Amino acid sequence: MFTKKLVTAGVAAAIAAGAVGVVQAEEGQFIPALTYRTGPYAPGGIPTANGFTDYFRLVNERDGGVNGVKFIVEECEYGYETDRGVECYDRLKDKHGGATVISPYSTGTTYALIDKATADKIPILSMGYGRTSAADGRVFPYIFNFPATYWSQATAVVQYIANEMGGLEALKGQRFAFIYLDHPYGKEPIPTLDILAERFGFTYDKYPVPFATGTEQKSIWLQIRRTKPAYVIMWGWGVMNATAVKEAANIKFDMSKFIGNWWSASEQDVLPAGDGAIGYKGATFNGSGTDYKIFEDIMGVSGLSDDGDRGTVLYNRGMVNAAYIVEAVRLAQEKYGKGKRVTGEQVRWAFENLDLSAEDIEGLGLTGLMPPTKVTCLNHEGTSPAILIQQWNGKTWEIITDWIPAMTDVVRPLIEQDAAQYAQENNITPRTCS
Amino acid sequence: METLYLIFIDPFVQMAIEPAFLAEVLIGGLMSGVMYSLVALGFVLIFKASGIFNFAQGVFVLFAALNFVGLMDLGVHPILAFIITLGIMTALAFAVDRLVLRPLVNQNPIILFMATIGIAFFLEGFGESIWGGDVRPVRVGIPDTALFWETGFGEILVLSSDLFAGVIAAFLVTVLALFFHFTPVGRALRAVADDHQAALSVGIPLNNIWVIVWAVAGFVALVAGIMWGAKLGVQFALSTIALKALPVLILGGFTSIPGAIIGGLIVGAGEKLFENYWGLPLLGGATEEWFAYIVAMIFLFFRPQGLFGEKIIERV
Repeated sequence: MFTKKLVTAGVAAAIAAGAVGVVQAEEGQFIPALTYRTGPYAPGGIPTANGFTDYFRLVNERDGGVNGVKFIVEECEYGYETDRGVECYDRLKDKHGGATVISPYSTGTTYALIDKATADKIPILSMGYGRTSAADGRVFPYIFNFPATYWSQATAVVQYIANEMGGLEALKGQRFAFIYLDHPYGKEPIPTLDILAERFGFTYDKYPVPFATGTEQKSIWLQIRRTKPAYVIMWGWGVMNATAVKEAANIKFDMSKFIGNWWSASEQDVLPAGDGAIGYKGATFNGSGTDYKIFEDIMGVSGLSDDGDRGTVLYNRGMVNAAYIVEAVRLAQEKYGKGKRVTGEQVRWAFENLDLSAEDIEGLGLTGLMPPTKVTCLNHEGTSPAILIQQWNGKTWEIITDWIPAMTDVVRPLIEQDAAQYAQENNITPRTCS
Repeated sequence: METLYLIFIDPFVQMAIEPAFLAEVLIGGLMSGVMYSLVALGFVLIFKASGIFNFAQGVFVLFAALNFVGLMDLGVHPILAFIITLGIMTALAFAVDRLVLRPLVNQNPIILFMATIGIAFFLEGFGESIWGGDVRPVRVGIPDTALFWETGFGEILVLSSDLFAGVIAAFLVTVLALFFHFTPVGRALRAVADDHQAALSVGIPLNNIWVIVWAVAGFVALVAGIMWGAKLGVQFALSTIALKALPVLILGGFTSIPGAIIGGLIVGAGEKLFENYWGLPLLGGATEEWFAYIVAMIFLFFRPQGLFGEKIIERV
């Protein structure tokens, strides 16, 4: 593997930054893959990209695509830099007959692409990230963020903490800490946390981590040691997570009181801290490991990634992302013509009519990997947002709760309020969803 | 009025009320400063000997650490991995000399500076292409435990890895000082640093000296990379963190080894104190990313050559 990497390094150096690798060359359903396999955010970017591209390879090789229409996946490396993400979008959107759907894996890039993608009629699936108020499909017809938004996730995490402490009433007077990447992604849940703090009577200290490195955290953890918050919630990404877990272990913070969101709780985040990470918790909506039927199918598929991350939380999430897209394409074909290539606009319709039951998911071999999901025109987040809490035991992530529903009574009015304001500022007339 | 209180009174009240926390912040800052100093040393060595500001020094740290930990992950013993990586850094020094510096000899310094930026981008991409972008922990037996020191005014947290880094930095500075003062090569390096033409006229081979100094800078980068890697894991962000050495150099002076150490300590302690007592309460935090650069800019107004740098006077 090392020799192979050494050889490919020469090629990579020649192609230089922003290299585009064509996965498949034939005509078919085009999926641009905006990836970041380099830079400080590569620890998260590599497994998600691998899971995403491997799933399309599996569908192409096992099933011959969807009703004979194979997927063409082309990567564009953007280093988690918003401007380069937009450049990748512009470069790829018209290739191979036009992009079907975009999944940028970046809240910043998702924000930057909302207007462009809407104008180009290319749906964005920002699965569990991106602009929360895009869940209002009347204002954001082309943006989807199922199976749950950041705001829903924040309420569910607070609900979990309340459950641990003995109920929502127990939150009163408590002090928490919120450590986040100083980036649109990290700031996204703050409005919701503010409302929850006011409603339930707790306070929380905000600790931004500089974006450029993600590792300048010494002062933050000294403050946490000083203020002794009851819980620490983290909205991190990339190397920030591993650093935070290590710093928390250094100050002997009770790891069972440290909860990351679902982009802060993967193997890459805990392994560098060694045994110090044991007990650390994180939200998730997908299982980890390879003990799922889909992994029997994937054995023997040619050209798969070989970074040794198969079965990790983020690899599996990349697969789930791809599975949603494949099923949307299948649904679009059922309406607009089986065996035909479908357009972005047709896939948008399919997303709005996606209804994956537990039986459907079992048929896909993905039981335990993705939640049942129903999306509507009105609700692009999905009708039942919820999270699971997992805990690191030193070797694997263990799911330790049942699904914890989001406080939709808190979140949905906020979503509609924010979407309405966006519509007003951008002269958008919300469509009706009937 | 309240803002003035928060700026000029409250931080000092907090320091007086919680001296243990102040000590923790200060120790943590000084230890971070030692790490910045380790990187700054590499910059100083090359600048002293060749007058080139090597922008790639930060990436040297990353590249050296990546090779070291990558070899270890392949099953190579740490000592052997260290020796092989040292060989790689020496080979890199040769390559830089032959492929970049010689063709550009007698060019304007800005051209050489731009060339080092090119080296930085190349090495960053090349290293990552070979070894990947994951965070790789360095496990070479560097003590990594939290020590809680009971004092009369409270408990103080000190990390053993920080203390170890301090010892290594002190050792490295001593070795470099002895090398520069008591070995023929070291004396030649100093002669070249003082005056290239004069050094040439007494028979010191300039090209060999450049290779040696770049190789020594590679060695310093390797040590810094291992220390940083043990602390944060070897990761791409190391090259960005290493750029914190720039304000350190502006404070300490581009040609002074003690300056690199003192500058690092000032930057490290200063940024942590500012973040904890002013940044977080008044500005919402995340000031460590820019604080050192502001200090450096202010310093440039009053003492552009740095605390220990040589004042350059050019007569027209």
